[in-house]
Amino acid sequence: MFVYIARRLLHAIPTIFGIALIIFVLFNLVGGDPTLQMLGKHANAKQITELRHEYGFDQPMYVQFFEYLKQILTFDFGRSYATKQPITQMIMNGIGPSLTLAIPAFFFTTVLSVSIGLLVAYYRGRWIDRLMVIMCVFGMSLSSLAYILFGQYFLAYKLGWFPIAGFETEWPDRFAYVAMPIIIWVVLSLGHDVRFYRTALLEEINQDYVRTARAKGLGESKVLFVHVLKNGMVPILTNVVIEIPMLILGSFLLEGFFGIPGLGGMTLDAIHNSDFPVIKAMTTVEALLYIFGNLATDVLYSLVDPRVSLK
Amino acid sequence: MSTAIAAKGKSLWSDAWIRLKRDRYAMLSLAIVIFYSILAIATKLEWVASPWDRVVGGAYAPPSFDKIELWGGTDIFGRSVLYKVIQGTRIAMSVGLVSSLISVPIGVTFGAIAGYFGGWVDDVVVWFYTTLSSIPSFMLLIAITYALGKGLTSIYIALSVVAWVGLARVIRGEFIKHKTRDYVVAAESLGASHFSKIFKHIFPNVSHFVIINLSMQFMSAIKAEVILSFLGLGVQGQPSWGVMIDDAKLELARGVWWQLAGATIAMFFVVLAFNILGDALRDALDPKIK
Repeated sequence: MFVYIARRLLHAIPTIFGIALIIFVLFNLVGGDPTLQMLGKHANAKQITELRHEYGFDQPMYVQFFEYLKQILTFDFGRSYATKQPITQMIMNGIGPSLTLAIPAFFFTTVLSVSIGLLVAYYRGRWIDRLMVIMCVFGMSLSSLAYILFGQYFLAYKLGWFPIAGFETEWPDRFAYVAMPIIIWVVLSLGHDVRFYRTALLEEINQDYVRTARAKGLGESKVLFVHVLKNGMVPILTNVVIEIPMLILGSFLLEGFFGIPGLGGMTLDAIHNSDFPVIKAMTTVEALLYIFGNLATDVLYSLVDPRVSLK
Repeated sequence: MSTAIAAKGKSLWSDAWIRLKRDRYAMLSLAIVIFYSILAIATKLEWVASPWDRVVGGAYAPPSFDKIELWGGTDIFGRSVLYKVIQGTRIAMSVGLVSSLISVPIGVTFGAIAGYFGGWVDDVVVWFYTTLSSIPSFMLLIAITYALGKGLTSIYIALSVVAWVGLARVIRGEFIKHKTRDYVVAAESLGASHFSKIFKHIFPNVSHFVIINLSMQFMSAIKAEVILSFLGLGVQGQPSWGVMIDDAKLELARGVWWQLAGATIAMFFVVLAFNILGDALRDALDPKIK
């Protein structure tokens, strides 16, 4: 097990190097002079020179690249251009609000969509199944912006059920502010997730062990909720675990709309302010989280499913 | 009478077409996609909804059936919302088309040479696309559009960079399966070159994956364009659905709902059509599901 994890970590090194290379090329070469984007069109030469020096853009490219690699290894991404705060500090501050929204939303989404997935798998081919599939496709086709605007305009503004936007760090009040974003998140994800779990469970239903279970006289509900669900846990778990590290990132749109000071909202602010160092740092951090999230999934996979060998 | 005995073989394509035709919803979706495409071309040629920035009424006039320009109401400058929605169709379809035209050749070529040659070529290609796909796609889209500067061209490029990976993965997998098959060995023994084996022999046998991919590619491109334009990273000075929804954010409080409704409805039907068509194409073309 230890050897397996060590080997996977070793495998991650070229990928991390590649990410650093791609992001560096994208931001520091393709984008042209970053100072021009940061200062806008009306910058004078003195401002440009000063800013270039402050962020080290006047150094040779390879020095800048090593500087960036050092930032990744030490997890110190310098200071934001817009807020002048250390970026690492901003990221740390953003994790809490992001998770306040993401964890409950993700929990409810998963519980609901697995339950509905099981229900429609039980009634497969019947009208309720078909109705659900149609609703899922319709739900997936509607723009996420439409859900958010509907929630904010009707439920919050018109009906006054929820605050329109804002955030409160104190605990019981925090929930009032994240309640509607959570609901919108759940509704947004349901279409895709229900379809995914339905397909995963239906694939299990055609397996031999299901036929055996039926042949020995077990009822349909017992077959489905005990035998199929247990084996169906593998794709379910994969889908769940792969998303967990992404939860820290929160949701760009929801956080932006509802003024939640999480990482997603922070990234949106950075885009609006052309905050070059923050956008670059966020891209890097997200990619790193993805890689380690993947690694965790594979390790967990091997623990749950004995068919997965650790080679 | 040997011709009468030999049953006429049906190709995968005609077989799939027959199956697709049986699916009513798929055909309806295809009709919707064709309608949007014609509308987009007609708009591009300035046959309809042109000029879109002409003042046709007062500011924020609600929808009315007096004139065709007013069916969707007007925006803050008194421009026709219906025309803007139609112009948005042109942008949405062009984003799907251009990003496909760029990403499909790249995805197919990289996937094919990786799967066919294996070895270090495969290692390099796989390393490249795993690295690229390790950056969450939405963040990558933002990063590319930020680096390249706002505008439609950046959106085309960003979407293509994100999109080729999925196709390359599929094509690589298929090439690995196909390259040891008898027909490829036979072609080799007849002296076929690598190029001819890849593109003349193997590719036609895996090309249906491109079609399946295309439908999904259009859908995600349209969705991504709307969000990027909404965030202000995309289309500038043109009526994209995303820009319209961004405007609507502030208009809603004043009771102006038609700009949001127009853009959302137009987007809903085309995304729905591509969704259904994509599923139907997969069922019709993927021999595994038969």
